[in-house]
Amino acid sequence: MSRLKLIGLSKHFGAIQALQDVSLEVAPGEVLGLMGDNGAGKSTLVKIVAGNFHPSEGEIRIDDKVVEFSKPLDAQQSGIEVVYQDLALCDNLSAASNVFLGREPMRKFGPVSVIDYKTMSGRAAELFAQLKSETRPRDLVRRMSGGQRQAVAIARTLLSEAKIVMMDEPTAAISVRQVAEVLDLIRRLRDRGISVILISHRMPDVFSVCDRISVLRRGHLVASKPTAASSPEEVTGLITGAIETA
Amino acid sequence: MTSIEQVIGHSQHKSVLSRILNIQAFWVFIAAVLACLALTFMTDSFATERNLFNVARNFAFVAIIAIGMTAVIASGGIDLSVGSTVVLAAMVISVLMEGGNSFLLSAMVAILAALLVGFVNGMLIAYVGIPAFVVTLGMLSAARSLAMVLSNNKMIYEFGPDHDLLLWIGGGSTFGLPHPLYVLLILTLVMSLVFRWARWGQYIFAIGGNEQAATLTGIPVKQIKVSIYMFSALTAGIAGILMAGWLGSVTTNLGQAMELTVIAAAVIGGANLAGGEGTAVGALIGALLIEVIRNSLILLGISAFWQGMFIGCFIIIAVTFDRIRRMRASD
Ligand SMILES: Nc1ncnc2c1ncn2[C@@H]1O[C@H](COP(=O)(O)OP(=O)(O)OP(=O)(O)O)[C@@H](O)[C@H]1O
Ligand SMILES: [Mg+2]
Repeated sequence: MSRLKLIGLSKHFGAIQALQDVSLEVAPGEVLGLMGDNGAGKSTLVKIVAGNFHPSEGEIRIDDKVVEFSKPLDAQQSGIEVVYQDLALCDNLSAASNVFLGREPMRKFGPVSVIDYKTMSGRAAELFAQLKSETRPRDLVRRMSGGQRQAVAIARTLLSEAKIVMMDEPTAAISVRQVAEVLDLIRRLRDRGISVILISHRMPDVFSVCDRISVLRRGHLVASKPTAASSPEEVTGLITGAIETA
Repeated sequence: MTSIEQVIGHSQHKSVLSRILNIQAFWVFIAAVLACLALTFMTDSFATERNLFNVARNFAFVAIIAIGMTAVIASGGIDLSVGSTVVLAAMVISVLMEGGNSFLLSAMVAILAALLVGFVNGMLIAYVGIPAFVVTLGMLSAARSLAMVLSNNKMIYEFGPDHDLLLWIGGGSTFGLPHPLYVLLILTLVMSLVFRWARWGQYIFAIGGNEQAATLTGIPVKQIKVSIYMFSALTAGIAGILMAGWLGSVTTNLGQAMELTVIAAAVIGGANLAGGEGTAVGALIGALLIEVIRNSLILLGISAFWQGMFIGCFIIIAVTFDRIRRMRASD
């Protein structure tokens, strides 16, 4: 069984061919590393699966059923969660508020319903505890480290019963210690049976958490193989084009 | 489980005092209180019932609109058209009442006119994507022009059968307090709750904090933006009706340059022009400080021309203060 299956996915923006005939498969609980040079089409692929873009051609299957997303909410309801490249967080709100943004629990007082901050904080604290992150629910995101911000963004994905979590360069702008933290977060998602697609330019990260590595080059999928059967040198060659395919 | 409870408790206890000391509106409030104390000792005329009544009424108009402006600013926008919305609403109610219509009907139409202004602003900003500054600058001109067309640029001072009612609502008092102050206090209370406890309030701050993030989480950003500008216009409309009753006459220069005072009040009270911050109480306190300054200049016999200098300095001080606080916080 495959959790996510992409068949012949293509996307063009006017004359720009961002993705061309990409077919890919991710098993439940598998961590897939998606690599490629700048502009290779990684973010485009994520945005199509997340329902932000409509593919020009091809289809998406989740648990072997064809799905069709016209907006991000559709994808979310199918169990797809995304941690965006530029961390979509509101700095001026608390960690808990960010985790629940757009789906706040409400409490009814007769005709008026108010945000249930207590439930929000409690639930957020549970999620951070699950992720073994020292993030306090009521702290403002503005004051948080890069690792804590990632924890907030990732906690968002645990709110619903996510099947697939896609992360677009979650380790791009953070310190080494925080990178280790984020990689741990990814392992915890995997342990819960969630499939993860990790986009990263950092070879060591990909090789330490990913079960499989796929490489995109100028919109084409040029390789998709088990991490154990590959090497950083090979992947670098695939990314740059020194190696044609593998 | 205890660890979770501890974690929550820990951040809650982070000293109430230090939190209050970090609120800009608190310091502005202290400044206003000090100014009041100084004036009480320096003049015989400040702490009189009559003068305090006037101060309370005058600042209420600006404060009411400043609450609407705070919502706009907190969402990362700006509304320059509120002064013109004031005169439009005042003119609509005046013309209708002069024509023999009841207060209630006329007031409702005036509010509708104001809401329409906000709706047009919001649609152009949210759906067409024109910057708020440009849209509301255009509306500043257009709405005032409409008020002139409506009244043929004449002064209106006869308000038909409900003449006395209008004057009582805008200019009267109950239990010694001017009516606009009641409106302000109710609005402050309601909006303080809404900003904190309603989804709509939370989303205003989310949009102001990171609009893209708000969109990605599925918040209906565009609809909410339209509603924010409608709310701002609503507060201007309410103020316009109250001001018509207070003045007892309406001319087309009513509310001229008022947008600047209103924005100043909101910013002095802690609304962040970059978006994401602001409180209803802050707007009230900011407006109060401005009125106390204005009043003190008059009482101290200083030329009213200095008023702009003081307000200007306070805006800059307030924003600088915020910068310094932020730098300290990020250390
Ligand atoms: N909305 C868009 N409109 C037009 N062209 C786009 C759009 N989004 C992406 N592209 C183009 O599609 C191609 C692939 O972009 P994409 O963002 O998917 O690359 P990427 O692999 O994520 O790169 P990076 O590593 O820099 O994040 C690029 O040529 C880009 O300019
Ligand atoms: Mg990208």
